[in-house]
Amino acid sequence: MNPFSSGTRLRDMIRAIRACKTAAEERAVVRKECAAIRSSINENDHDYRHRNIAKLMFIHMLGYPTHFGQMECLKLIASAEFPEKRIGYLGLMLLLDERQEVLMLVTNSLKQDLNHANQYIVGLALCALGNICSAEMARDLAPEVERLLQFRDPNTRKKAALCAIRIIKKVPDLAENFINPAAALLKEKHHGVLITGVQLCTDLCKVSAEALEYCRKKCTGGLVRTLKDVANSPYAPEYDIAGITDPFLHIRLLRLLHVLGQGDADVSDLMNDILAQVATKTETNKNAGNAILYECVETIMSIEDNGGLRVLAINILGRFLSNRDNNIRYVALNMLMKAITVDTQAVQRHRATIVECVKDSDASIRKRALELVYLLVNESNVKPLTKELIEYLERSDQEFKGDLTAKICSIIAKFSPEKIWYIDQMLKVLSEAGNFVKDEVWHALIVVISNASDLHGYTVRALYRAFQTSAEQETLVRVAVWCIGEYGDLLVKNVGVLDIEDPITVTESDAVDVVEVAIKHHTSDLTTKAMSLIALLKLSSRFPSSSERIQDIIIQNRGSLVLELQQRSIEFNSVIEKHHNIRSALVERMPVLDEATFIGRRAGSTPATVSTSNGPSLNLPNGVTKPPAAPLVDLLDLSSDDAPAPSSSGADFLQDLLGVDLSPASKQPGISGTNQAPRTGTDVLLDLLSIETPPASPITDILSSSQVYKSPHASLEGLSSPSALSTRAATPAGAAPMMDLLDGFVPNSPISEDNGPVYPSIVAFESSSLRIMFNFSKARGNPQTTSIQATFTNLSPNVYTDFIFQAAVPKFLQLHLDPASSNTLPAGGNGSITQNLRVINSQHGKKSLVMRMRIAYKSNDEDILEEGQVSNFPRGL
Amino acid sequence: MIHFVLLISRQGKVRLTKWYSPYSQKERTKVIRELSGVILTRGPKLCNFVEWKGYKVVYKRYASLYFCMCIDQEDNELEILEIIHHYVEILDRYFGSVCELDLIFNFHKAYYILDELLIAGELQEPSKKTVARLISAQDSLVETAKEQRSTISNIIAQATK
Repeated sequence: MNPFSSGTRLRDMIRAIRACKTAAEERAVVRKECAAIRSSINENDHDYRHRNIAKLMFIHMLGYPTHFGQMECLKLIASAEFPEKRIGYLGLMLLLDERQEVLMLVTNSLKQDLNHANQYIVGLALCALGNICSAEMARDLAPEVERLLQFRDPNTRKKAALCAIRIIKKVPDLAENFINPAAALLKEKHHGVLITGVQLCTDLCKVSAEALEYCRKKCTGGLVRTLKDVANSPYAPEYDIAGITDPFLHIRLLRLLHVLGQGDADVSDLMNDILAQVATKTETNKNAGNAILYECVETIMSIEDNGGLRVLAINILGRFLSNRDNNIRYVALNMLMKAITVDTQAVQRHRATIVECVKDSDASIRKRALELVYLLVNESNVKPLTKELIEYLERSDQEFKGDLTAKICSIIAKFSPEKIWYIDQMLKVLSEAGNFVKDEVWHALIVVISNASDLHGYTVRALYRAFQTSAEQETLVRVAVWCIGEYGDLLVKNVGVLDIEDPITVTESDAVDVVEVAIKHHTSDLTTKAMSLIALLKLSSRFPSSSERIQDIIIQNRGSLVLELQQRSIEFNSVIEKHHNIRSALVERMPVLDEATFIGRRAGSTPATVSTSNGPSLNLPNGVTKPPAAPLVDLLDLSSDDAPAPSSSGADFLQDLLGVDLSPASKQPGISGTNQAPRTGTDVLLDLLSIETPPASPITDILSSSQVYKSPHASLEGLSSPSALSTRAATPAGAAPMMDLLDGFVPNSPISEDNGPVYPSIVAFESSSLRIMFNFSKARGNPQTTSIQATFTNLSPNVYTDFIFQAAVPKFLQLHLDPASSNTLPAGGNGSITQNLRVINSQHGKKSLVMRMRIAYKSNDEDILEEGQVSNFPRGL
Repeated sequence: MIHFVLLISRQGKVRLTKWYSPYSQKERTKVIRELSGVILTRGPKLCNFVEWKGYKVVYKRYASLYFCMCIDQEDNELEILEIIHHYVEILDRYFGSVCELDLIFNFHKAYYILDELLIAGELQEPSKKTVARLISAQDSLVETAKEQRSTISNIIAQATK
């Protein structure tokens, strides 16, 4: 006999493990036990098989690998004795899951046990089948289960019913076989059978329309009677909980009625009386009663309209909301989310209480309440609600600030009545929680500021003040630095003072101080520093008297370890030093950013351009970075002056390239001008700048100009490969050439730009009324993450309102849904909704994406639900 | 539907795990680690629900043990609290004022009881008495089998003396 397999008893092993003082000791004990169990398994030791599995289960719970015991479970199950089978099935359920191939081997044993003469062995087999069966096993063993639904022993019937639930979830096609036997269970008196029968019918109705129709016709009356009986039942000690007979049965009956009544007015009518009775008569001082009421409210809210009942339900929720028990308040908030689609006014009445719940000490309640508040906001209450939320932002926990900030920003953007209010609120949020604000939010703020020309002065002064108190908030600093760079002169000269403002005196050097603090602060990241450098360059032209000081600050970054900053500071220094004649033109104020284009871009109507508009050096994912990025880009190319290539030849190439590269983009007279431009690089650049000045639509202009600026680099690259040049010229101005140009650039730049490989768009879903397109992009260096832009198009002649898109993915994927651009979809394809999704594929390279989706909307006041599955994702996502 | 049931001690030790949806061993460890981090740190007066990855986890503390059940968004949280209590009462009757040590040394019994209460993540039996009856019937089956075995081995032992 093996020296190990004499074996400790289970109890002794547990004691030994519990006696361990350190994790290392525990590992040692477990290792020794596992070694003993393995050798016992190898010897095919019958007597200890039982004990070995028991030990392995304990070891499994501690988190150690126990796969080597799986086959032993199968052997135990195959044994003839009840004790062996009992522990074998337990081990099977714990040590295996449905995805293991070994499981298939047990199918035959299960089949035999399902036909066993001993009802307890049948029970064990049903339990195992119900807990871990796979789709294949479900198919193989469904007939057995179907037969057992009519077995004489009620305990077997109830187990078979739950087993059937697992089977129809795995293989929905099998549902129709179970409809009749399941409906028969509803007439049972045994509570266990009844409860499982009701549950089986509920699940059948969810997967099969046929079952739903059948139950509506044949079972509704009986169910209502059963509920009435159990609700009026006298004291029954066996099923009593807190004075209520079998709350579990109550709840399951209510849930089945919910499924049957939804979408069927006649069936809903049948259940009105009993629902009213349950809603009014149920005892509410114990959890069991509240659980029933909660389910009852849910049923009332979901079945077809009955005004009186709904008032009753909303009142119950009101009572719940003012309950002292946190659990009850939580479920009330949860249910009000659903009630809001039914009766917004009624929910609005509880607004004050709900806002208080946002400030609760319980994170679960806060989260629910915040989501509810978000749904409650409308044009008329946005101001007080935002004020309240921002005030709370100051006091909230750090971990809650992220969620809260995102919701506040979203509310402000969605409902802001006027620009000044938008700017004011955003500045408050930035100064309170700027570190939690997402990039696209402050990008949007800059676009709004740039458009509000009468508020430029006001904004830059407000930002200056905010900076004095909240310099630690990164995004506030960025916006402040950008605005001071652009509108620094308005700050100093007090231009456009509004009546509501306090007067403020800011000198030129104060303004430069702000930028200096930003660039020198140790927490500032690369983006902030780069933006500060640009702001400094701009200020050097706006404030000629401070020019020297600015130059000093810029020079200090010549030694920066970040190549990007080093290069910029050297270039900017040379602009300030040597090129006075072009400087003012070079750093002119940014043209107004077009809001409509920006929104369209954000929504993804022109995804390709968005991705290219990223500055090559700044690692920012959005089109709005252009304001800071574009100057960087163009100035970058000034470096061709300092570049070793002789400037005259550089200019030659510039001209050549301009002629080719720009022509598809625009036909402005300036181009012909450049062809005859003098042969010095700077003058050419001057001309280039003049192209930029007459902007019709600023965004495209910036695009084209930045493209121009990039060309010299391409030209240098093109020296070696003229053919590449011509292909580039042939492509229309847009994404592809830009990306090529950028690529030629990457070796210079320390940060890789984030345009990933290109994937073809797909039609993810198409029905007679709706089409969904998916565009894909992937960040380079992060192949697991895919950004998907979903575009929804309405193909019917009716407008869709309350449009909601939901998606689900298998476990190996993670899905993040951003809010949609709108919830109203115009008719006949005249416009679209876009929504961004982010999918993280933990099995990238092994499995491709799959997604199931559900789209709900209202057309002609009719709720419509569409569902689909997307499996045609491009490979390699 | 209940996706899994966890019993975690105050110290974060796992006392029982039951998975009704497929989770690999790796995922199981991760789930347990994450959830014990969230649940064990929650204050005593807070609500018994935690939102977690699109699911809800309903938990309740009994002495040194946390009973947790993970359910879908649309399930009835209050009812799950009742189911947890139902299970605890059955355990209590079976062991006679149950404590953590009972569940450590007789963990398989705790599993057997749970299997009489839940299958496929759904409630199977609302009567505590019925569960107790079924468990004791099966326990006595095991006892009889053991007795038989020992008598047989005695006879063999005597015969071979």
